[in-house]
Amino acid sequence: MDIDVKKIANLSRIRLTQSEADELAPQLNSILGYIDKLSEVNTDGVAPTAHPHDVAMPQRADIATNPDRRDALQKVAPRTESGLYVVPKVIE
Amino acid sequence: MSWEVVIGLEVHCQVNTKSKAFCGCSTEFGAEPNSQTCPVCLGMPGQLPVLNRTAVEKSILTGLAINGRINLESKFDRKNYFYPDLPKGYQITQFELPIVEGGYIDIPTKDGEKRLGVTRIHMEEDAGKSMHEGLDAVSHIDLNRSGIPLMEIVSEPDMRSADEAIAYLKQLHQIIKFLDVSGADMEKGQFRCDANVSVRRPGEPFGTRTEMKNMNSFRFIKQAIDYEVNRQIELIEDGGAVKQESRLWDSVNNESRPMRSKEEAHDYRYFPEPDLPILRVTQEEVDAIRAGMPELPSQLRHRFETEFGLSPYDADVLTQTQALSMWYEALVAAHPVNPKQCANWLANELLGRLKDMNKDITESPISAAAFAVLLDRMEDNTISGKIAKDVLDAMMETGQSADEIIEAKGLKQVSDSGAIDSIIEAVIAANPEQTEAYRGGKDKLFGFFVGQVMKASKGQANPAMVNERLKALLG
Repeated sequence: MDIDVKKIANLSRIRLTQSEADELAPQLNSILGYIDKLSEVNTDGVAPTAHPHDVAMPQRADIATNPDRRDALQKVAPRTESGLYVVPKVIE
Repeated sequence: MSWEVVIGLEVHCQVNTKSKAFCGCSTEFGAEPNSQTCPVCLGMPGQLPVLNRTAVEKSILTGLAINGRINLESKFDRKNYFYPDLPKGYQITQFELPIVEGGYIDIPTKDGEKRLGVTRIHMEEDAGKSMHEGLDAVSHIDLNRSGIPLMEIVSEPDMRSADEAIAYLKQLHQIIKFLDVSGADMEKGQFRCDANVSVRRPGEPFGTRTEMKNMNSFRFIKQAIDYEVNRQIELIEDGGAVKQESRLWDSVNNESRPMRSKEEAHDYRYFPEPDLPILRVTQEEVDAIRAGMPELPSQLRHRFETEFGLSPYDADVLTQTQALSMWYEALVAAHPVNPKQCANWLANELLGRLKDMNKDITESPISAAAFAVLLDRMEDNTISGKIAKDVLDAMMETGQSADEIIEAKGLKQVSDSGAIDSIIEAVIAANPEQTEAYRGGKDKLFGFFVGQVMKASKGQANPAMVNERLKALLG
């Protein structure tokens, strides 16, 4: 299995130079190759595992409990205006 | 050669919970921007989602209402993409194992009912809201909507025209309103639709489809589908090919255009959400939800037709909302002698007046019991239908009862044959020429005499008796 490092980097919004991509490609491929070993195991008759912890899903009652903490939460934002986050223009 | 249109619909519907899908932030509409957010719905590191039980129950209820199969085990996945209104960089959704699979909705068509398949309903979370208007190099982000629970309801590609698509959406919208699982207010974006559209020659495999994104009005959806169908047919007939793409409807210029996103943007790299274990519900829980399900619009329509003898049209009008159907049933309970009369007067007279006042049935100034008394007075011939309309106007205005108004204004119908005869005699005496013409064979003048007598009695003469006595005295 060969992965397209540039494409994955782009999807993840990670900027890679060509030399970094060249260095990472064999490393990632060897990780995937290792995981691929799993396909050697015979899983006939074994139910697929969707989650490693076989626990019941915790569920909340539908009550709004959170206070307005906008000022504190927005302290980490690079830029805000009138309570709105300001980001580089995105539009379709 | 003709073309066949193939349409499939994806509806995103906000579930009307008080708190978000995975955190305790309020979902109230119209709050100050970003005032209803917390580290969970802002995607801050180390925060864990905890599922809202009510969102699960309402999704199951919706699944039962569309005759779907409830998966007793379902799971959540991450759908990964980058956009500033999605702070985590992924949306929690159900990809592999949704809570509901299968189901159907019946729509009325001119050839009878048509059954349209529902593929699945899955739970997911809404993104925030981006604003671009009036801004130059930046966009503004409000994350109050981020994390509000959604249901995505995916149909089979079963619709064959824009009209069928709209009929499906209206049925679904009505069911959702009846179940109270969503406000489903389209203007507030609580009920949004993507339409997958393709064309083919009848009998051939599906053509390449395009996806019309994010429409929130029935009118725009119909326009967008019609436009897209024509565009595809013209393209193919001119020797071109339809390209699979997402398109946006521009309701100002009445045209659609492709979205400028790269193909890669659709590589969502779904994987199981490690922060949420399997969602298990028991058959007992599902049965309990089913037991609490209200009567659905289609069942109510059917019952109104068979039990009360209503026309399909009236049954449809009176089942538009649960409040209206309950009002009608209360009215029939108070005036059981004539359910059809109840339907006519409610649909035509009361709803018409409420519409002029910009009100719905829940804001009616008169109760079903008070309205029933008005119908009683017509039934027992105290007043005519014409006078009843005036009495209704006065009831709406003053809140007084029908009896109080009839009494105070002296509107009681005259059913005393002696009194009616003397009015008729006066009318005959005042119109000798018409009387002679009528007696000479000009039958059409009968209506003139009825009008004169009703006018002379200020509308209070019993119309059936006027007819009868006029015939006797003129003949």
